[in-house]
Amino acid sequence: MLEEAVDRRVAPFGRRLCEAIEARDSGGYRVVSLLDSEGPAPEPGQFYMLATERHWQQRGERPFLPRALSVADAEPLTSPFVADSATKREVSGVRLDFLLEGVGPGTDRLCEIEAGEAVWVNGPLGNSFSPPRELAPGAAGAILVGGGIGIAPLALLRRHFAARGIPTRVLLGFRDRVHSGGLDDLFACCEVRLASEDGHAGHRGYVTDLLAAMIEGDDASSAAVYACGPPPMLDAIAKLCSDRGVACELAMESPMACGFGACFGCAVPRPGGGYLRLCIDGPVVRCG
Amino acid sequence: MVELCGIELAHPVINASGTFDAIAAQRVYGDALLDDFPFAAFVSKTITLEPRAGNEPQRIWETPAGMINSIGLPNKGLDGFLAEDLPRLAELPVPLIVSVMATGHEDFKRMVAALDEREEVAAFELNISCPNVHSGLIVGEQPAETLALLEALRPVTPKPLIVKLTPNVADPAAVAVAAKEGGADAVSLINTLKASAIDPATGRPGIAAGHGGLSGPAVRPIAVAQVRAVAAAVRLPIVGMGGICSGADAAEMIAAGATVVAVGTESFRDPRAGKRIAVELADRYAAMS
Repeated sequence: MLEEAVDRRVAPFGRRLCEAIEARDSGGYRVVSLLDSEGPAPEPGQFYMLATERHWQQRGERPFLPRALSVADAEPLTSPFVADSATKREVSGVRLDFLLEGVGPGTDRLCEIEAGEAVWVNGPLGNSFSPPRELAPGAAGAILVGGGIGIAPLALLRRHFAARGIPTRVLLGFRDRVHSGGLDDLFACCEVRLASEDGHAGHRGYVTDLLAAMIEGDDASSAAVYACGPPPMLDAIAKLCSDRGVACELAMESPMACGFGACFGCAVPRPGGGYLRLCIDGPVVRCG
Repeated sequence: MVELCGIELAHPVINASGTFDAIAAQRVYGDALLDDFPFAAFVSKTITLEPRAGNEPQRIWETPAGMINSIGLPNKGLDGFLAEDLPRLAELPVPLIVSVMATGHEDFKRMVAALDEREEVAAFELNISCPNVHSGLIVGEQPAETLALLEALRPVTPKPLIVKLTPNVADPAAVAVAAKEGGADAVSLINTLKASAIDPATGRPGIAAGHGGLSGPAVRPIAVAQVRAVAAAVRLPIVGMGGICSGADAAEMIAAGATVVAVGTESFRDPRAGKRIAVELADRYAAMS
């Protein structure tokens, strides 16, 4: 059964403008860092609705709606730092990193964000991942499994678990060199096992092969699995974990207009009937 | 202050039914939502007699300056609404208008009668963009069906009945005239426009149901034209809606004949849009006086 994971961090009511403080290529992806001087630090798994202030409806009046993006990293800037070497302005708040791949008018525009640009932000939204022991009493550690752009929320989760001393193994998979990135930025200080469908890095094949081998060798109850990636990958992981009795949480994705429960657009089937609204009942759902 | 069918409103901006879930929003934003509630009245999502799960995904599709939706009226049903949602919606700092829909007069009457007893309910919005199971006709597309429904419901409640008009007819004013004749206190328009989009990746409709309703700024000129036509045909308060994103848009709708305006799709982009638009509108009128 899918059910709602742990609850959320409350967001400031409404959208707010945040400044992009950095934007850079990361492999085939982009990483955009925003300075949020108003909102709380997000929990791993939470997401934001993003839209640029300028030139949003720029091509054929699209994009129109904001886009939902998982936060890939978030760090309170406790000591004021100089954002702009020309003006020596001091800024403080939470730095929010988003991993982006242009796949349509919305993400294409977000990939064009330049430092200094203003971005509409609504969030943090949605629920967050649970600690391993909440998923299974015997789970001492975590296995994070990411596919493609879906590696994003796992970066913040890894940092979160590292700070709490939770043993964590990371398995990431990419289609090919163009559709890969974020490793040097978001997973720089941790050991990662890689898979790629074209064999350009790590195991040639699917990241789920790595997971299958890993939980084959484990006492299944000793770890909890956390996954985010394309739907076929999540289906495979849910089945693998269910067959082996491994506790598992999935961060899912669905087309979404609002992010706060208003539009009812992001429905995903709830086993046993009916639908979940992924924005408020997810994006993290428990399986098994 | 503004008045709508005897209900006092702090400003002339309310929400379009089904575009803001105040209970979900409170989970996301906490009590700040209540302290800074964006609407002068709250219109519930449409409720039906029995619970509904809603339509199979995909339910939404972005279009130029708008979106298509086919959500399918998911709701807890009358009993679930009365037990779970109504007590929570009663805590909102604004009057509550409950949107109801049924496929026959008896079901409609049962719902209105049950809600009429609850003092938390200030008024009803009748969603008539649905078929009458007996005639097979969409009630809101037929003046005669609309008149018959209002004549059935009018004796059931003294509370205001606001009829939500569909724009998918040749002459919405004729339906508004029938609503007034049947005893409606106000009309609200426009509902979404029937629309479809093809997913270029598959060559098939982007919405699983094949088509849905178009909303957003793309529909605003149509809404303005229909509000003008209805205002010219009947003396009834009008809740004007369709693509309102700003105080200027709200002023346009009021100039076209609306008494109050409702904000829908813009709330998806900006959760505080209702309040922002109310402030922009007040600033506009202050600058003119």
